[in-house]
Amino acid sequence: MKQKFDPKKNYEATKNAVGYVPRKQATQKTYDDLGFISGLETHQQLLTKEKLFCRCPAGCFHDSEDFDAEIIRHMRPTLSELGEYDGTALMEFKTKKEIVYRVKNRTTCTYEVDDTPPFPLNREALEKAIEVALSGKMSIVGEVHITRKQYLDGSIPTGFQRTAIIGVEGELQLKNKKIRLIQMSLEEDSCREVSDIKHRRIYKTDRLGMPLIETVTYPDMVNPDEVKEAANYIRFLNRSTGNVRTGIGSTREDVNVSCKGGTRIEIKGVAHIKWIPELTHNECFRQWALLKIKEQLNSKTDANKWAIKVVDIDPNSFKFKYAPLNAAKTNKDRIVAINLPYFKGILSHFTQPGKMFADDFSERLKVIACIEKPNMVHSEQFEQNISEEDFTKIRSLLKAKDEDAQVIIWSPEADLKTAIEVIEERCKMAFTEIPKETRKSFGNGTTIFERVLPGADRMYPDTDSAPIPLENDYLDKLAQNMPVPVYERFNQLKKWGIPEDTYTYILKKNFVPIIEKIINELKFNPVLVGTTFCHKLKFIEGQSKPASEFNFDKIYDLFKYVKDNDLDNAIIKKMLFIMYEHPKMDFDSILTTIGFKKVDQKNLITQINFLKEKFKEIQVSGDDLDGIATSWIMGQLRKTAIGNISFKDLRNIIEKEL
Amino acid sequence: MSEDIFQGYKGQGLEILKKFNVRVWGQTEVETTRGRFVGTVLPRSENDDDMHIVVKIATGYNVGIDITTIKNMKETGYKKANYKIPEKEFPYTEGFPKVKLIGTGGTIASRLDYRTGAVIPAFSPGELYGAVPELADICNLTTEKLFAVFSENMGPEQYKKLAVAIGKEIENGIDGIIIAHGTDTLSHTAAALTFMVQNSPVPIVLVGSQRSSDRPSSDAALNLMHAAKAAGHSDIAEVMVCMFGPTSDEYGLLHSGVRVRKMHSSYRSTFRTVGDTPIAMINRNSITPLKQNYNRRRKDRNVKIMPYFEEKVAIIYYYPNMQPDMIDSLVDNGYKGIIIAGTGLGHVNKLLYPAIERAHKKGVVMYMTVQTLWGYVNMFVYDTGRDLMAKGIIPGENLIPETAYIKLGWALGQTSDPEKVKEIMLTPIRDEITKREPYNGYLIYQGGVPEVEEFISKFHK
Repeated sequence: MKQKFDPKKNYEATKNAVGYVPRKQATQKTYDDLGFISGLETHQQLLTKEKLFCRCPAGCFHDSEDFDAEIIRHMRPTLSELGEYDGTALMEFKTKKEIVYRVKNRTTCTYEVDDTPPFPLNREALEKAIEVALSGKMSIVGEVHITRKQYLDGSIPTGFQRTAIIGVEGELQLKNKKIRLIQMSLEEDSCREVSDIKHRRIYKTDRLGMPLIETVTYPDMVNPDEVKEAANYIRFLNRSTGNVRTGIGSTREDVNVSCKGGTRIEIKGVAHIKWIPELTHNECFRQWALLKIKEQLNSKTDANKWAIKVVDIDPNSFKFKYAPLNAAKTNKDRIVAINLPYFKGILSHFTQPGKMFADDFSERLKVIACIEKPNMVHSEQFEQNISEEDFTKIRSLLKAKDEDAQVIIWSPEADLKTAIEVIEERCKMAFTEIPKETRKSFGNGTTIFERVLPGADRMYPDTDSAPIPLENDYLDKLAQNMPVPVYERFNQLKKWGIPEDTYTYILKKNFVPIIEKIINELKFNPVLVGTTFCHKLKFIEGQSKPASEFNFDKIYDLFKYVKDNDLDNAIIKKMLFIMYEHPKMDFDSILTTIGFKKVDQKNLITQINFLKEKFKEIQVSGDDLDGIATSWIMGQLRKTAIGNISFKDLRNIIEKEL
Repeated sequence: MSEDIFQGYKGQGLEILKKFNVRVWGQTEVETTRGRFVGTVLPRSENDDDMHIVVKIATGYNVGIDITTIKNMKETGYKKANYKIPEKEFPYTEGFPKVKLIGTGGTIASRLDYRTGAVIPAFSPGELYGAVPELADICNLTTEKLFAVFSENMGPEQYKKLAVAIGKEIENGIDGIIIAHGTDTLSHTAAALTFMVQNSPVPIVLVGSQRSSDRPSSDAALNLMHAAKAAGHSDIAEVMVCMFGPTSDEYGLLHSGVRVRKMHSSYRSTFRTVGDTPIAMINRNSITPLKQNYNRRRKDRNVKIMPYFEEKVAIIYYYPNMQPDMIDSLVDNGYKGIIIAGTGLGHVNKLLYPAIERAHKKGVVMYMTVQTLWGYVNMFVYDTGRDLMAKGIIPGENLIPETAYIKLGWALGQTSDPEKVKEIMLTPIRDEITKREPYNGYLIYQGGVPEVEEFISKFHK
């Protein structure tokens, strides 16, 4: 008897065949064998008052339901793309999305919605961008040319992003390696997506047009941890200038990954740097798996002769119990079954942890044909939604052979043609290439299909803007206040003896300049200053919320206050806590709040002598009198001591008095 | 040939290119005091300075290099941009209306050269089909490029040629005509054609775009589809302007060619009917008339072409303290007709009275219109008005100043007899003068007012 095909077994078998190992077990050899290479495109919002090409405020955000008006647009590929890049641009066009922009007067003018040409480029943004480029050791251009970069997804109402190169060919020293930078550009940020359901995608325009810099590296990183390190260094570099925004969404990474024989896949908008290692690891293996699939398919059949077969399914002739199929019947959607010759064992082929090849169909049906999930059933699901009896009937309708696989999809008539094409096209690509696409990332390290990667030739000059010359004198002036390079900051922290586990936090927050100031000007012990910032402040930040915005520069004032008032350092932590929660409170009041009283040494000695007598009254045993007395007196004076004297000094005095 | 090699470069920039033997389209390595740049040298825009050289780098971006920083340049290759507009044969569909698209030079559809950024107009049916394939689902399209001038350079010469060409097309049995035109003076041409092409049996639709078609968000394609629909399928045999209703990609409006005006320098929905409602709303599937009193499509070919225009006509936009020499100079320069855009109901200051009297005596005809754009001239309400009429100024009813200008040029092109001119001017050909103004002919909503905000939040802008 023929053995029944088990998709789960096939999945595990193909996972082994691909050689997938979890990241913890992977070594540099694993990545060398795969030919892992990766590069970064870091997007970082600049800290400016206004947007890049209009005078709307930057950094004002509103809820998705809070808007004044809606505008509808449809994006069309321009003629050149229609003529030359049938595949990619048309695929976006096929989706026939209605794009809705929700605008709010406070944050959006007629520029953002493409009803007014751009105003002259925001000079504050330009200056801040140049400063970052200079600190990345880049060659600064002689004249800034504003370029249009096409986007058909609607994320920018014009259909293109205005962007300009500020510098090219820079470098960044990591801990043990130099990373080369291709370029840094200054560009406008895009809309934030509200929803994307069926044929309607909704955006809000508050973020749109905010100045952003994009730093692009060469694909110099050869393992996932290196990508993370580079991402961190770029972030540290950006923040060390003090020119950039911080907070959620202010920094976004596009991570490019490829394996040997693979293609550059762009994982878009990675929100957390800590996600990068898992994402790049899995992407490299995903490409490796697709190459295995390609090999397998080509060994089975000739791609040029390969063709799908489609039949209509009349739900009345089947006993479907699967709810989405029955809903399709009620909605009078068309249901079709598609036979995929020689695809048995391919649909359940491993691609990513927890994901198989067939998942790609479903993701593409959603994005390209606008059919919401669940949008298909296939013959290699782990849990089958269609009875064996129904499936047998479908197979015989399709005249399917044993080596074939089947997909059943349903959609309104208008989308069905595209839907079938999506599946056919994806299958055909499996024979020849890894589809060039951008992918959306998830915290668990997996990705899904997001868009077809736009064609290379989508850049053209912005005819609405004149070039901006950058004179030598101007650049020289800006070069005078460059931040200390990140790797030097690392050395500095090391020299100060600050624990290494705190570096990321310190550099991310750009605390080195203020730590340096406290150490150099107020002569505090570097380790104390360092741990105050990264251990105590980090802890406090996690514990409480400030009543109003907390200005970290005030921490210098705190140290100065402690020094000027000759307080003991132990009080810093207590004061910091109150200060963080109530940024407007003055230091004297903070001391009152924590119940501090200034006590001089003479007074302390008096208290110690008093307590010494007291101890004699209450002591019960005569053994080791001094040790117990000291501890007891310490306990009594602990509260009083904080801020007045260190515990060590207090103990010394008590011991002397005893 | 040297101009070709160094396209657009001049002065010091040109010297540098010559010095290092680098051509436009040359792949070049440039050593500068700011670092190294590698890319293709691009042509430079003629109006830009001579201190920079433009290079397209590998990532597709353009950058300018300051020539004072250049230490060395080396040409390592050469690849001239070579582009062709993709052409696909416009499919013929039996039973579809025959529509002619006449081009005047505006770039309603264009292809962009990604290397130079130059916009190449797409115009032949094949090119247009490549750009807007949906047109083939609407009509059988043919095209003719009559001239290639920017909208602002359109004038009487072009109006007359257009009118004659339209006449020929109608005689030859066309079902509808589209005129692709830049938007700046679109309404002037529409007015001229309304007067010069009378009794047309088919729709004549003028269309443009506010966002060039080289951008994905362009209004060109949808405007063109609406225009093709109106020209091929509507029963409105009028000269009309077809442009966006709201700024959203939702529907277009068909405006009467003599009552329409461009009202915003850059908005998509810039064209508005002034003092009346548009003739119809249009989308890709339907045409919804907003008025009933339009000329219906006919089978006959009895069109009347009247290609006349006197060029010595001017508009004077009155402002306080305008001096009489403004009018004197026109008269001294041989102008035969003056349209005055006056304040309020149609007024100018006393200072001008002697100049007006002088002009009148010299046989210059003068018509009053209003700067307010909406509303009628009424020179009986105030003494000033009566004075002006006594001095020979004729009230132009509710003619829009630009329409009045076109009509006066057209009238003076036919006769120099002031009485006959007056008769032509005050007898409406279409609705350039209306007997009455409907209550909804003037609607300018004031943003910020709660009821308007409520309206805007409910309907797409």
